[in-house]
Amino acid sequence: MSKEVVKEKSMVLQKEMLGKHFIELSRTHETGKKVVYTFVPGNLSELILAFGMLPVYPEINALQSGMRKKSGSFIREAEKMGHSEDVCTYVKCDIGMMLNGNIGPTGEKLPPPDLLLLSYTGCFTFMKWFESLERLYPGVPVAMLHTPYQENGEMTEEMTNYMVEQLKQEVIPKMEMVSGNKYDESKLAGILENSAKAEDLIVKIFSTTKNRPSPIDAYFAGVYYIGPINSGFRGTPEAVTYYEALYEEILERVRLGLGPITPEGEMEEERFRLVVEGPPNWTSFREFWKLFYDMGAVVVASSYTKVGGMHDLGFRHDPAQPLASLGKYCMNCYTNLNLPQRIDLLAKYITEYHADGFLVNSIKSCNSFSAGQLLMMRQLEERLGIPVSFIESDLVDPRYFSYSNIKNRLDSFFQMLDQRKIIKGQMEETTA
Amino acid sequence: MHTEIQPLLETCKQLALDLQFSHAKKWKAEKAGRILVGYMPIYFPREIVHAAGGLAVGILGGGDHKQIIKGDAYYQSYICHMPRGIIEMALDDNLNGFDGFIFPSICDVIRNLSGIFRMLGKGKFVKYLDFPQNFEPAIGGTFYKKELQLVLDEMFRITGHRPTMEELNHSIGLFNRNRQLTERIYDIRQNYPWRLSFEDLYCVLRAGLVMPVEEHNRILSEILDYVKQDVGEPMDKIKVVVNGAFCEQPPLGLIKSIEIAGCYVVDDDLLVGSRWIQGDMGDDTSDPIGAIVDAYLTKSTFSSSVYDVNNPKEARLIALARHRRADGILFAAASFCDPALLDRPQLQKACDDAGMRYISFQYSENTGQFKVIKEQVGTFSDSIKLWEEEAVMGN
Ligand code: SF4
Ligand code: SF4
Repeated sequence: MSKEVVKEKSMVLQKEMLGKHFIELSRTHETGKKVVYTFVPGNLSELILAFGMLPVYPEINALQSGMRKKSGSFIREAEKMGHSEDVCTYVKCDIGMMLNGNIGPTGEKLPPPDLLLLSYTGCFTFMKWFESLERLYPGVPVAMLHTPYQENGEMTEEMTNYMVEQLKQEVIPKMEMVSGNKYDESKLAGILENSAKAEDLIVKIFSTTKNRPSPIDAYFAGVYYIGPINSGFRGTPEAVTYYEALYEEILERVRLGLGPITPEGEMEEERFRLVVEGPPNWTSFREFWKLFYDMGAVVVASSYTKVGGMHDLGFRHDPAQPLASLGKYCMNCYTNLNLPQRIDLLAKYITEYHADGFLVNSIKSCNSFSAGQLLMMRQLEERLGIPVSFIESDLVDPRYFSYSNIKNRLDSFFQMLDQRKIIKGQMEETTA
Repeated sequence: MHTEIQPLLETCKQLALDLQFSHAKKWKAEKAGRILVGYMPIYFPREIVHAAGGLAVGILGGGDHKQIIKGDAYYQSYICHMPRGIIEMALDDNLNGFDGFIFPSICDVIRNLSGIFRMLGKGKFVKYLDFPQNFEPAIGGTFYKKELQLVLDEMFRITGHRPTMEELNHSIGLFNRNRQLTERIYDIRQNYPWRLSFEDLYCVLRAGLVMPVEEHNRILSEILDYVKQDVGEPMDKIKVVVNGAFCEQPPLGLIKSIEIAGCYVVDDDLLVGSRWIQGDMGDDTSDPIGAIVDAYLTKSTFSSSVYDVNNPKEARLIALARHRRADGILFAAASFCDPALLDRPQLQKACDDAGMRYISFQYSENTGQFKVIKEQVGTFSDSIKLWEEEAVMGN
């Protein structure tokens, strides 16, 4: 690694945005601002903003707890109250955090929800999660938004109508009731304009990994880049400024021919380009990442960074049809795609981003992602003749991160990629 | 007289556990134009397949008598067992002859299994049936109606026949009858559970998933006549409701063990799909699909797969246990079953609050050893019996 990590402008901006958000959350008892708990996939950030409310994302709290090594004890706490070891650990981590005083990532107590917005998109467990929270916060209204699955690989008119009607008759009335504000479509449309700008930028940002070397890691750094767009800032001018700054920085790296920045500085040699399917592990995130950058492996595209929306397939929030575009946004999240769509998407990434290998990080917690991944992997291997590998871990349960198992798997995968490169080189020489 | 029922029970058991679905396949072969539509747990309105001249066949996994060779290559160890049994059957010849497959929206495993079936090219159609979680007729109802229409369209593509209003009403009537007979049997068993063992009841109901409803109604009528008689001897067992086993099925040995260990099962959710609609659907309307939709929106039972904030399942479970005069609840869920297991803490809390006793355990459809569960259930039964004796002595 070449040099010390220097905080770039975008990092400072992101820190400021998040800091401000958490201060706002900690002051709701003074400001009277209402708080909406909701999920990342299919999140209705713009609608929440349009009503002047503040979002809280329990999944993000859970992953932050994982990174801060607190999730293990939170999970045990939830298991003590009767939750099975077998179920999604995000849910247990969140419930454990709540039982422990609901202290958020900044060390400040998070306010309780005024509304539970159950955007039931791409994951069945979301519903169970908020049913549990509803019992833990009795009397808090729940707005249910059932997002139909793209079982046939498409969004039909009926599906969009279903979404719009639910927004009009279930979600918006509850938001009006909780916030005390009337729904203002022109205000929403204005917010959506910013969303579309941020979405344009994030697509450009993730496309820069087509360069050699890739200027960024689309998975390990990608999870930071998707922060603002996924966690309530989409639709704000701050998010647009952040993504403009980030894009500028990345373009500069491309111009200078630089590889990605890692926690230990800049990666000097790009040896392997990977496409990764599945969320990362958060409890040992740094160690996990190091296993890749130490070997010169960079992730050029990942499905996880698309859980908050498939903007690279052309979706943009549309101020001209605000509610329909919110509905379509929800239906378009990665885990709401059917398995053939997911395979096609990954195949496209592997081809367009010139990947050397495909890796699945299979997450014990997450049936939404994991069920079917083995077949997806085999299909990609057959279709593209690409080397594939499979590792297992969990999101926030430290009991399921086995460093040695993962390292062994990755070492053999990288060896395989190396050998392929040698063979490919030899073949190219003989044909030349 | 009393032993006459035995052959029927034997037949039901054999049909219930026949992973070749021979009875259904034979039915299809008897007449041209018939179709078989396989459906996964939990609920599917079989009425529409019946009206279209087909048979909806329940597929509940491979149980403990399907050896898994290929299925494990499709699923990680931390995913429940049922889908690997279904994949194994799909890759073997068990599901040959099925024209279509329905995957009701109950969890992400079933959802993604529908994608696997699509990729494997199984059947002439694969439909993930997205049940609405919005229960407003104009919103969720409209959406559900369209979903059912899509299933009808798929069947039409194969049969060239669209069921008429009369056919649909007729089918609805037959399934109403099926549910009525089933409920009558449950009602009688509630007071006289020794007249028909839970194992037998289970097999009788499960056999109904692989045969035409007319035939099953005849069987249920016979069983009903049988349980109306004063047969069998009561034993010193407690009455329990089993909850959480609605999808992956416990092996028959485990079902038996519960009874042997000292429990009469007076209600359960093992095959709750067949009892999903509580009461009758309208069978004399000009909009039979509307009647099916309306029944789903207003008469569905409680379930881990249904959004329940406005009608909490814990209250409904306690009410059911009280209605059945059960002494306790057995929470039995398949390992790694997120929907059932995530419900458990709140259901258990409701039991604590209501003074309803319970125990909880997990199983897998291929669990071979039930010793621990049997002991646990036995201790539970003994403790309740003891507690009651003490209470009586104290009075
Ligand atoms: S199952 Fe997966 S998508 Fe759903 S809450 Fe858990 S981690 Fe998130
Ligand atoms: S047993 Fe549970 S997790 Fe498995 S398929 Fe059935 S409902 Fe889904």
